[in-house]
Amino acid sequence: MTKRSRTGHPLVQLTLMRFREFWREPEALFWTFAFPILLAVALGIAFRNRPAEVLKIAAVGAELRDSLAREKQLDVQQLPTAAGEEALRGGKVALLAEPGPGGTVLYRYDDTNPEARAARMLADAAVQRAAGRADPIAAQDQILREPGSRYIDFLIPGLLGLGMMSNAVWLTAFAIVDARRKNLMKRLVATPMPRHYYLLSFLLSRLFLLFGEVGVTLGFGVWVFGVPVRGHLADLAVLCVLGAFAFCALGLLLASRARTIEGVSGLMNLCQVPMWIFSGVFFSAQRFPDVVQPLIKALPLTAIIDALRTNMLQGGGLARVAPQAGVLGIWLVVCFGLALKLFRWR
Amino acid sequence: MPASATTPALRVRGLRKLYKDVVAVDGLDLEVQPGECFGLLGPNGAGKTTTVEICEGITQPDSGEVELLGMRWNTHRRQLRQRLGIQLQETQLSDKLTVSETVRLFRSFFEQGPGDSEVIALVQLQEKQKSRVGSLSGGQKQRLALACALVGDPEFLFLDEPTTGLDPQARRQVWDLIERFRTAGRTILLTTHYMEEAEQLCDRVAIMDHGQIIALGTPRELIASIGVEHVVEFRTGTALDASALRGLEGVHAVRNENGNMQLQVAQLHRTVPALLNELGRQGVPLTELRTHSASLEDVFVALTGRHLRND
Repeated sequence: MTKRSRTGHPLVQLTLMRFREFWREPEALFWTFAFPILLAVALGIAFRNRPAEVLKIAAVGAELRDSLAREKQLDVQQLPTAAGEEALRGGKVALLAEPGPGGTVLYRYDDTNPEARAARMLADAAVQRAAGRADPIAAQDQILREPGSRYIDFLIPGLLGLGMMSNAVWLTAFAIVDARRKNLMKRLVATPMPRHYYLLSFLLSRLFLLFGEVGVTLGFGVWVFGVPVRGHLADLAVLCVLGAFAFCALGLLLASRARTIEGVSGLMNLCQVPMWIFSGVFFSAQRFPDVVQPLIKALPLTAIIDALRTNMLQGGGLARVAPQAGVLGIWLVVCFGLALKLFRWR
Repeated sequence: MPASATTPALRVRGLRKLYKDVVAVDGLDLEVQPGECFGLLGPNGAGKTTTVEICEGITQPDSGEVELLGMRWNTHRRQLRQRLGIQLQETQLSDKLTVSETVRLFRSFFEQGPGDSEVIALVQLQEKQKSRVGSLSGGQKQRLALACALVGDPEFLFLDEPTTGLDPQARRQVWDLIERFRTAGRTILLTTHYMEEAEQLCDRVAIMDHGQIIALGTPRELIASIGVEHVVEFRTGTALDASALRGLEGVHAVRNENGNMQLQVAQLHRTVPALLNELGRQGVPLTELRTHSASLEDVFVALTGRHLRND
């Protein structure tokens, strides 16, 4: 006969169970850790900042070609008239320059195409300068290409929020419905286990996994793309924990009654798909009409992503993200409270 | 208030439970004495599991009372949970955990009880303690479920169909375990639809059908109650005149199940020669002949006209 201390506190054991069930499921590991990285790589490549575009144009005659070639933003090729027209029609070049009668120059291009219009301006300036025009005012360029304003900088906080939501909601809801389906929940309830420990174990295990999930995505973004983290790391951690708890509570609520995986999957999609679209993961939520902005701002995913962007990109402290933190707090309390009330323990 | 030696370990009065419009338990009374192994025997759907789950405090009855170890669920839930061992029908423990992790998890819920390794040794799973639950055989899983029921050193053990779906060898191992708990003086309530199980393990048996107890007593008493010592079963090559069988010496009842004739008899040495004579007289060839001593199955058949197992 031994006292309990030897085998640990029930909350510790329940959390360990959650942790082990997750850790020993290779597929769950992949979707949690590898998938966000693959997504970030793919999107980072697709939307990487390219060097300023060089415009392709064609010129008829060597003299004209030489004048145009002095402009570095133009890629000039010399073609006979017929071939030049062909290339223009096929979109291979944006503009065709040919010598006109009496020393004039004829530009052929589509004026509805911004690239072609830019090519027209660059080409004409190059031709005029080659012919001896002098610019009365000297101009200088300063190119801005700073970390923090690129697409990938916008994307990484979005992916962090998205991952936080998906992992918390799916893993929590699936584990609960699975336990219910297998009668494991009924078996646990038939022991002296305090019921709130069971629900708390989901929040606690989420906390530990969160460090891994956020760490992997964030570390990857910082290391590979140089994404900035301008706010305090401690503030960032607080936001992540709050977000993960809110989503975990949402998962508990969604799974509070369902008896089948199919049933809970439908609920989860119903709840998550609008957030994928409206919460500004991949593009700014500001693009939606003003009327729906208050609704969009009340979504937990919008709140966490806005807060993460404020912290990482603008270096904003907790005070600046208080409204978002408030939204997350309300979701956490309401969902957890409702889940406790509605929960089907068998 | 603790249970004294004279109060029953479990007392159930007027229990009723409806699911939609199906009556699962229909006014059931039951008493289990301390230290007794009590069996609820009946076919699937007789209401055994509902009855047990109400006693376990998992299901709420529509009406009726349950008093367990002198306590009631609505006033002493926490104390009761600490003192009960429960094994549910068809629980799948988490496949991803190992045997010892599972036992440690369940042990953590109880204030006192044996150590993990002690319980694992008790159900003879020492070699498997590092194995994942998902890799265990059906019998091993069932023994692990028993271990989880025993981690709190329970005074009262509920076992709902502890050997259903197990092969004969695994079943015998589980029986040995239950025997050991019984001799250790624990009170056990088990449900089964295997009459051998009830005969082997139980001090007293209640036969359940349609949510009611239709017979109660020791296995020996129940078998004696139908006034039949033996059953003679036979088949014949051609049709026979069954009416003549009723007149044979010592025959209590004749049943015909698709040509398989069953005679409930008191004395084999008188009835069997008389049966052979009769078949010879009718000129009907005998193709099969078996006899067995009357069992709880025969009690159930005598009471309901049906078999315990319809598979």
